[in-house]
Amino acid sequence: MTTKDKYKKVAYYPGCALEGTGHAYNRSTKAVGKKLGLELVEVKDWNCCGAMEVKNIDPKIQTYLSSRVMSTAANEMDMDVVMAPCNGCYHNLKKAEYDLANDKESAEVVDRLSKKAGHKTYESGQVETIHALDWIKDSIGEEGLAARVKNSLSGIKVANYYGCMYTRPRHIFPEKDQGPGSESTSKPHFMDDLLAAAGAENVDFPLKTACCGGAHTLSDSDTSTKLVLNILKAAKLSGADVIATECPTCHSGLEMHQIRAEKMLGETVDIKILYFTQLLGMALGLKAKKVGVHENVSDSMKFLKEKGLG
Amino acid sequence: MRGLTELEAVFDAPPPATGIQAAAEDLLLASEEVLEHWVTARGETPTRDEREGFRLLALHRQGANGDPSFNACRETCREVAYHYNLVTMQPEHADITNRLSMMGLVSKHLYLFISGKLQVAGLGEFCCSSKPIRSGNDIETPTQEEA
Repeated sequence: MTTKDKYKKVAYYPGCALEGTGHAYNRSTKAVGKKLGLELVEVKDWNCCGAMEVKNIDPKIQTYLSSRVMSTAANEMDMDVVMAPCNGCYHNLKKAEYDLANDKESAEVVDRLSKKAGHKTYESGQVETIHALDWIKDSIGEEGLAARVKNSLSGIKVANYYGCMYTRPRHIFPEKDQGPGSESTSKPHFMDDLLAAAGAENVDFPLKTACCGGAHTLSDSDTSTKLVLNILKAAKLSGADVIATECPTCHSGLEMHQIRAEKMLGETVDIKILYFTQLLGMALGLKAKKVGVHENVSDSMKFLKEKGLG
Repeated sequence: MRGLTELEAVFDAPPPATGIQAAAEDLLLASEEVLEHWVTARGETPTRDEREGFRLLALHRQGANGDPSFNACRETCREVAYHYNLVTMQPEHADITNRLSMMGLVSKHLYLFISGKLQVAGLGEFCCSSKPIRSGNDIETPTQEEA
């Protein structure tokens, strides 16, 4: 079976953020999938991936939590691909996969906890974890996407912001940096490629993988606000109208600290923040509400209407 | 080595009407000094070596040695070097002021990232990925009996 066919039906792991602050990402991912004829089967009774909090206290417990999600997909749903749109979930599942393949102690802890919890132990390699970007890029591709565009994104200048967890650390993403066609860890481009196929003009954005301070948005809000403000300013200086995101933590951080920067520092940066799936959905002819634009913190409706979208 | 507050002022300064090249030199030097703070806080002597023609990149490599999380600012360092080249190798370019401004923003990001890491618990855990994947000092893993 080709990758293209394999990705047509995948196990969907939305993760906690997509049920809360990132609900618009959840809604738009599902809507885009449906529009493209791709099937998502939500992982049954999924649990937290371990996020940042568990990982920083005990990485092996995080490995177990992520492995349980993969075990359910593989052993109870007979799926061989898990798609996680959240960078945190995606990163953690990939890390768990790496740990289980390379660290005997992690494998032992996972086996012990799995038996105690009463489910089959996940064995490294049973599933392939992919991001929403891989899913669309490899199942539909740029040409396929361009052929389906109803409302071109032409006239919209986009700064593509990938955040830090989509490509780091490099060794847990063995499929990246494999030459033409593969994703790059230093200069990721899958989101750029998809949005360009939908007609958008991507700008050269030097902070596309820079830290947004997301992990410390509450414990060190001032630094997070300054980091986000810097990202917003750099995107604006790059000539962008919109920052496209593919991570709910980055997205929420950009939106909330955009407001906080205005209140606390008196600095306003007029730039829109939208999930790449929202932009793609509208390019495919979906209404703004269908892709959850009304659920974003920032208001992009006027801008989108001016561009003939939504 | 200037203090962090003094360095922040360098990054926040608006681009000058003249002396763009000198401003780019100062931004590069200030970025190196930010990395010197990090390396010094780790108890090491900042290197005078260069990588790919930049001391900045050698300092980053030194700062990331044994701390993979520090690679979270690797691309930012490379972008500082790239924008320095843009400004200094094409001094007559029509977009020179914007290029310098962008170098300032990228340099400031490096400053914010590293000064954040320095602020929180010394060499703390500012970055969510700041623990090495296999740090060898994992805690709280249940024993077989507990599990």
